[in-house]
Parts: sequence; structure tokens; C-alpha cells
Amino acid sequence: MEQAFEQIFQDKIDREVRIEPKDWMPEKYRQTLIRQISQHAHSEIIGMLPEGNWITRAPSLRRKAILLAKVQDEAGHGLYLYSAAETLGISRDQMYDQLHTGKAKYSSIFNYPTLSWADMGVVGWLVDGAAIMNQVPLCRSSFGPYARAMVRVCKEESFHQRQGFEILYVLSKGTEAQRRMAQDAINRWWWPSLMMFGPKDDESPNSIQSMKWKIKRFSNDELRQKFVDVCAEQVKVLGFTLPDKDLKWNEERGHYDFGPINWDEFWQVVQGNGPCNKERLDARKKAWEEGAWVRDAALAYANKKAKQKQAAA
Amino acid sequence: MATMKNEIDFLLHLADNALIIGHRNSEWCGHGPILEQDIAITNIALDYIGQARNFYQHAAELINQHPIGIDITQSGKDIVLPATEDSLAYLRDVREFKNLLITEIPNGDWAHTTLRLFLLSEFELQLFTQLLQHTDAQVAAIAEKSIKELSYHVKWSQDWVLRLGDGTEESKQRMQAAIEAIWAYTGELFIQPEYATAACLNYAAIQTAWNKKVTAVFEEAGLHIPSKTFVQKGGADGMHTEHLGYILAEMQYLQRAYPNSEW
Ligand SMILES: [Fe+2]
Ligand SMILES: [Fe+2]
Ligand SMILES: [Fe+2]
Repeated sequence: MEQAFEQIFQDKIDREVRIEPKDWMPEKYRQTLIRQISQHAHSEIIGMLPEGNWITRAPSLRRKAILLAKVQDEAGHGLYLYSAAETLGISRDQMYDQLHTGKAKYSSIFNYPTLSWADMGVVGWLVDGAAIMNQVPLCRSSFGPYARAMVRVCKEESFHQRQGFEILYVLSKGTEAQRRMAQDAINRWWWPSLMMFGPKDDESPNSIQSMKWKIKRFSNDELRQKFVDVCAEQVKVLGFTLPDKDLKWNEERGHYDFGPINWDEFWQVVQGNGPCNKERLDARKKAWEEGAWVRDAALAYANKKAKQKQAAA
Repeated sequence: MATMKNEIDFLLHLADNALIIGHRNSEWCGHGPILEQDIAITNIALDYIGQARNFYQHAAELINQHPIGIDITQSGKDIVLPATEDSLAYLRDVREFKNLLITEIPNGDWAHTTLRLFLLSEFELQLFTQLLQHTDAQVAAIAEKSIKELSYHVKWSQDWVLRLGDGTEESKQRMQAAIEAIWAYTGELFIQPEYATAACLNYAAIQTAWNKKVTAVFEEAGLHIPSKTFVQKGGADGMHTEHLGYILAEMQYLQRAYPNSEW
């Protein structure tokens, strides 16, 4: 019986028919998607913190408004993604709990500090840029609610990327101090951005199954290469450099070659030893714990009102 | 010329109010108690930054058209010319800022934040409704756009005053404590600044409408107005709390550290 269901399920996926929440699906598919989508949702919410760090210090009112809107967009992305995950039978509170207890992960990139205004440019250009590279294929995820959420998210992410690039472009035309600030930010964020695509293909054990289920469409290394190729060209427009002496166009491959990634650093950050892991998680836990009385009050009030309405009816 | 200086000062007062309350609300971004409410308060902050920009831009226009009328500011420095929205926001110091004190006091907890917004935005809604009759069409147009936003700010914050006032025992205590702490800053709302000379303004009427609204909401929520009502004032004339200096130090840091740069 189970096998017959599984056959129908895989057949639908092969024919590019979307799986919807009420459809039968293998338990492993459901669990993998919950992990994938909630991890993405958490990344949006944690990702608000490094950029939120510069809202009160944005250097012009226009930049302040753009940054506020951007961070607000990220909160919105978190919201759609939590909702998409909820269709798989997990509540938002359960997902928060997994985040706060360290059971759920989020993108490691947000464990790096934002040290200057130029980081707002680089985060937009590289971090939103890498996110887009990862996420555009997810608009065709086999799971309907995730695919639909991603269409909307990707549209906004590409705005963010352009805004980030524009911040850097203005800095590149600015004073010597501004150009130094921008180059320093690129130097700090470049390698962590490449790590956003995840481990090398031969060390990424879940990938084959995920490809078969079409919740992953390209391998980590394919996407990473695509990202390097794009950035290596874009950085020329800015007149800055990427901090990699091995970065070189390879005519034969039709791609840029690039230097080795420090995977030891990657695993350290994943395991909690990045520069801001503790701050990020503490900030979320603090918001959650200090908000408990607010949520309790809202719930008590809603119940009271519902009762009054019932009594009146 | 005196009336032009008055209009500019009044525009700066409105712009400073919007900028500083926008700054305070933006401090919640990423730290709100509920994700949907994090989005809401960030949106409100964004509205206020937008209002500030509209008022600063108009003030800058008038300053640049009438530079002779704009003499020495409180701290003895000239206003930087030509004025822009950013020179007005980022290159004036504490004694030049004309925002009401209620906008600059720290956020405190969610009760303090939402109550402050309720008391302020209801005042602004009344004030801006009068500004629809302003003889300067640009001021009237900004007021009209802002009223749409302020109506939402009032609705949103009023809902929180009701919810917390009539929620749990703890939330009621916290909301009442917020009232005790913030009430002293509400008297300043109704002191008409000397430069608020536009004919359309009637602060007494604003106060009457505000009192009616606030009393009704407090009554519904089971909250009460404190009996002792000392008034903290001076913000509109550049006499601030110690908090404003820190807000400006943070907000203006890049413009001060890297002068004459484009961002
Ligand atoms: Fe994202
Ligand atoms: Fe996002
Ligand atoms: Fe983004």
C-alpha cells in the first residue's frame, strides 16, 4: 500500500505536479521540508539583526527608510515561510522553540558582525545575492506552499540586492575613506558568502534524495560557481577586488577558478563558534521571553472579547 | 520675515517630532514580542521617517529661498546652507532640535511604547487635521498624506492600550505604570510654541478632543489618569532631556565622522 502511494507521489514529482499539504507524502519528505523551510524562516528572522544594527545609524534619511523597509521585508519573508511550514503540521511556537534551544539551524552568514555602513551594501549585494542564487530554483520546489512563498520572496530579495549594490556604487565614487570602508567590507564578507551554498557536493549527504524530490534543483557547487562568475564581473563595475588571489577566468571551463574555502571556519560557525552566534540567539530569546507577558495579555483579551460576543449573541 | 521664520521653525518642530519618534520606534525592529507586531511597529517607524523627510524637505526649500530670515540658531552656529533634509536632520545639535519631550524618552516595555504612541499620535491626528487649512498648500498636502498614516497609528496603539489594560493582571499593572511614567510629558503637547502662529491652529480645541478620546479609551480599558499632573516641558524650544543627546550621537555619527560625503 505504502509503496503504491510512494510510486504515485514520485510520479507526480517527475511530472512536475506540485505536492499540496493535504496530499499524501512520505514522512521523510515532510520532515525534510519542515527542516528546510523552518531553517529558511529562522534565517530571515535572525537576518534582521545584523542589518537592524545600522537602522539608527543610517547616514541619510533616504538610506534609513530603505534599510527599514528592507529589514521589514525580511520579517515578512519569515512570516510567509513559517506559514508555509505550518501547513506541514508544525506550529510557529514549536519552530521558535527549536530555534531557541539550538535544535534548529539558520544560515551561518548572520553570525558575522556588521562593522561599518559599507556592510549594509555588501550584505545586500553578496548575502541577498547568494540567497537569490539559492532560492530562485526553489520557486519550482515540488512543495506548492514553499514554491509560492519563494516567488514573492525572490522578487523582494532582488530589490535588496540592487539596493546593496547601489550603496557600494555610491561608496565607490566617494572619498578615499569611503572606498576603504567598502573594500574592507567586501574582504570580510566574500568568503562567508561562498559558504552560504553549503558544503562541497561530495560532503553533502542529503542532496541526492532532495534532488530526486525536487526540493533542491542544483548542487551546492554548481550554485557557488554561478555566484562566483557573476560577482567576479560585478566587482569590476565597482572598481573593487574580491579577496582571492586564485580568482581567474578559465577559458577552458568557461568559469572563474577560485581559491580553497576554509571549511574549518564554516564548521566552527555552524557549531556555534562564530563571532556573533551567541549574540544573535540571545537577542531572539530575549525578545521572545520579554514578550511573553504581551502575548499572554493579547490572548487573554481575545478570549474575553470572544466570550462577550458569545454572551451577546 | 518673522512669519517665514515662524513657519520654518514650526516645520522643523513637526519634522523633529517625526524623526525622533520614528527613531525610537525603529529601535524595536527585530526585537518585537510578536513577529506581526514587529512588522507593524517598523512600518510605523517608516511612516514617521517619511513624514520627517517631507517636512525637512519643505523647510529646506523655504530656508534656501529666504536665507536672510534664518539667523543664528540656539547654539550660536549658523544653519548649514544650502539646507537639505539631511543637513537639517544630521547637522543640528540638541539645542536646535524642537521635538516634544514625549518623543525622545526611552521605549521602556511594550506598554510604554504603545501608550506613548497612542498619546502622541492622537494629538498629531488632531493637529494635522487643523493643518489641512494651512495657507501653505504644501503643508496642507503633507498633513493630508500624514493623516492617513496617523489614523492607523492611533488605531493600532489604541488597540494595544485596550488589550494590555484589559488583558492580564500583569499587563494591566504595566500599562498603568506606563501611564504614571509618561503622563508628565503629555502637558507639553498643548502648549502652543511661540512660532506656531498659523491661523488654522487652535491648541485648546486639540486638547479638548484629545482629552475626550483618551478618557474614553482609558475608561474602556479600566485605566486611570494620575491625580498629580506636573508638566515636563521645553522640547519645542530646544530644552531637552538627557536622552536626546544620545539619540543624536548615534543617528548623526556617520555624517559627523565623515563630513562632506555622499551616501
Ligand atoms: Fe532569504
Ligand atoms: Fe529575505
Ligand atoms: Fe533580503
